[in-house]
Amino acid sequence: MHIVILGNGISGVTAARNIRKLSDHKITIISSETSYFFSRTALMYVYMGHLRFQDTQPYENNFWEKNRINLAQAHIQKIDFDQKILLAKNGEQITYDKLILAVGSKPNKLGWPGQDLKAVHGLYHKQDLEAMEQYSLGLKQAVIVGGGLIGLEMAEMFLSRKIPVTFLVRESSFWSIVLPPEESAMVNRQILYHGIDLRLTTELKEIVDDGNGCASAIITNKDERIECGFVGLTAGVSPNVAFLKDANLDIGQGILVNDHLETNQPDVFAIGDCTEIRSPKSGRRPIEAVWYIGRMMGELVAQNICGSKAVYNPGIWYNSAKFLGIEYQVYGDIPSQLPPNTQTLYWEHPDGNKSIRINYNTNDNAVTGFNLMGIRYRHKICEKWIHNKVSITKVLENLSLANFDPEFFKAYESDILASYNKKTGQSLQQKSKRSLSSVLSFLNSSQ
Amino acid sequence: MSTYSVNNNGVWFRSISNKGLWAWILSVILTAFYIVLYFFPGTLGQGTDGAENTGIIKLFDPLSYVLKGKPASQWFLYGTLYSLAILGFGLKFIRKYRHNRYEVLRTTSVIFFQLGFAFLLPEILQKLNKPYYDFKNMWPLNYYFFDSYNLDGYLSGGKIGVFMLVWGLLMIFVISPFLTYWYGKRWFCSWVCGCGGLAETAGDSFRHLSDNSIKAWKIERWLIHTVLVFVIIMSIGVLYSYVYDHPSDLLVTRNYLTIIFLIVLVLAGVFIGSNIFKGIQREDKNKTLVVIGAIIVLVIAAHLGNRRNILFIDNGLLRQWYGFFIGAVFSGIVGVGFYPILGSRVWCRYGCPMAAIMGIQQKLFSRFRITTNGGQCISCGNCSTYCEMGIDVRAYAQKGQDIVRASCVGCGVCSAVCPRGVLKLEGSQYDISDRILLKEQ
Repeated sequence: MHIVILGNGISGVTAARNIRKLSDHKITIISSETSYFFSRTALMYVYMGHLRFQDTQPYENNFWEKNRINLAQAHIQKIDFDQKILLAKNGEQITYDKLILAVGSKPNKLGWPGQDLKAVHGLYHKQDLEAMEQYSLGLKQAVIVGGGLIGLEMAEMFLSRKIPVTFLVRESSFWSIVLPPEESAMVNRQILYHGIDLRLTTELKEIVDDGNGCASAIITNKDERIECGFVGLTAGVSPNVAFLKDANLDIGQGILVNDHLETNQPDVFAIGDCTEIRSPKSGRRPIEAVWYIGRMMGELVAQNICGSKAVYNPGIWYNSAKFLGIEYQVYGDIPSQLPPNTQTLYWEHPDGNKSIRINYNTNDNAVTGFNLMGIRYRHKICEKWIHNKVSITKVLENLSLANFDPEFFKAYESDILASYNKKTGQSLQQKSKRSLSSVLSFLNSSQ
Repeated sequence: MSTYSVNNNGVWFRSISNKGLWAWILSVILTAFYIVLYFFPGTLGQGTDGAENTGIIKLFDPLSYVLKGKPASQWFLYGTLYSLAILGFGLKFIRKYRHNRYEVLRTTSVIFFQLGFAFLLPEILQKLNKPYYDFKNMWPLNYYFFDSYNLDGYLSGGKIGVFMLVWGLLMIFVISPFLTYWYGKRWFCSWVCGCGGLAETAGDSFRHLSDNSIKAWKIERWLIHTVLVFVIIMSIGVLYSYVYDHPSDLLVTRNYLTIIFLIVLVLAGVFIGSNIFKGIQREDKNKTLVVIGAIIVLVIAAHLGNRRNILFIDNGLLRQWYGFFIGAVFSGIVGVGFYPILGSRVWCRYGCPMAAIMGIQQKLFSRFRITTNGGQCISCGNCSTYCEMGIDVRAYAQKGQDIVRASCVGCGVCSAVCPRGVLKLEGSQYDISDRILLKEQ
């Protein structure tokens, strides 16, 4: 059986690796971006000089041959699902028995005048990194449009080369759609601390042409003109499905799939950023364009193809990022606005750069989410607490188990307990130590 | 730049840290310095046969007289510069990693052990007419521990001398395995050792140059264990020669020595061969048993035959060769001279026999491991790139597997540079033998 995977990102590659672990099927990964799989999340570090591009490739080049996974470089323009043929731009044809679409997303272009000028780029593909490099020579001012994770990463990149950045954020606080107010304010402070020209409640109206088809300035929705040599478009991403619109494939915003990641076409699956789940589990979204989801879907689709028909169940939500100097981790549900049936315990360090938030149900006190800024928590512990609906008191008494900061780092568990005790009039005490043995003991137990 | 980040901006752009022209120039200068230090000390001004020092070494005479009441030597010059380098670059390192308490404490420790134990204390001991002794250094890194000159010194150095000898043996058989069980070999390699101290401080600018390919890993394992076998055989030879030269005035006679060697070797073989340590692969087990068997044969042959030749060459010559090729060339000239080209831990990774022993202990029975944080790894590659021992940390992290590698010195930098908080250095008595150990892909 020939399994063709379109896209060599984390989703496609995870699918390929797992199919190979489970079977001897012929596997071909097609990409129009790069020869070898690389970690897209690391592109910023290449620009900043922390890594070479080759360091972002998780597997040595001979890995693919060793594991009998064929790699093909082609730009697929059309898919004939009836004949099961992929048609490449250069005329090449590739046939499949099973097809996995792992084509990823693309940065949003929301119809701004001038959005297709030169020196206007998102940050997604390796080619975007190359463009940023090209336009960085002698760059006097950059403007970034869209206050989310990628926008801030782009800002950090320019900062590393001392290029001034103006950052347009539509919301009244950074990433306030996802982050609760206190954490969002913390990131605002961090952005300003690093000398980024942060413009909240400001949107892009137009990108100005310099007369030669290149961006030379932008105009905001407040009619302010800002001269610049580069415009970064980071107002979100959308599934990369435009090239599939005319095919007989059910597409909403993304490629529609069932719980087995099957599309409406037989023998065709979709995974990763480009996917839209028809019936997402409660509390989850139909499109979740993050690294971990792509990896999970890759594993699942491999199982489905190789025998056991498994159901997509992403489990408890988690994510992480880095806002300049502040690491961010989330486990479970942390809505940006607190819903009526939920309590929140928020503790912030006096220096304003670290915080812990624990959300719990009003009715049964079961914890539902953890939000960390500048403090590392253990994924498996938070996950178990949420899954087992452990009460906030039990969590607080054993909070040391969750801490994942390096040795000798200051512990804040007692401060958080004190804060909770003060708020509720209780007198909880710490019952656990920060020890791996305690952690393993808890994880292996049935409580 | 950032408040809580390790700033590695431009590391791969700058000539000095990217194997550019400045890196090669620095490497040539360092290598030349080591060659001159070891083989042409006169150039530095070392006075011969009691003559006064001249040149650069003369500048160090005043300090040397203050500390030990004797003139400086090229080794005093070296020790002083070495200690100053660790102190100066140590402070630079602390500044770079200032928000990471583990890094700050670890570097302070390394500065302390270098200044106190490797530099000041041995000088003071000399002033008191006691043997020169670095209490933190031990066999087999201290490959001259069993030299007749030193053994004579310990045995005639009064209570302190005997203490030095006993301490040295305790370190090898008791203290080191115990601390390695509790903390992993990092207790020594990145918190105490002088070679490690320079690598972590002055060498931090070059840590990313360490090759983390599978090929380099294979070479590493072959080379480091070869040096280990070399030092074991050489030391056995040196000890046999010693008892041969002192037949009647020692507690330990030739017979006792042979019995001790055989007991240690057989015990080692039994442990390796048994199923206690599930962490050892079958092929490694077999290779090790063969080597232990070969050394047992050599010991018996040395006992029965001519004790001056444990191999087909004279023990003294074997010792000289080890001192030259391993001690001087590998550890010194290549070890430090090639920092800007091959990274800071070339000696530690590919040569140090003590690292080899502690590495085996770490892999087989240490509580220490680097845990990974569930699913949070995004495969960026910062950990693998900044690992000075060339461990492909990412390969484990992206699978959510613990990292238990013989070469890990627990410097903690992988955890420090990880942008998603995926790695933690910690220990537990649970699952020591059952930890999933990555086979080569």
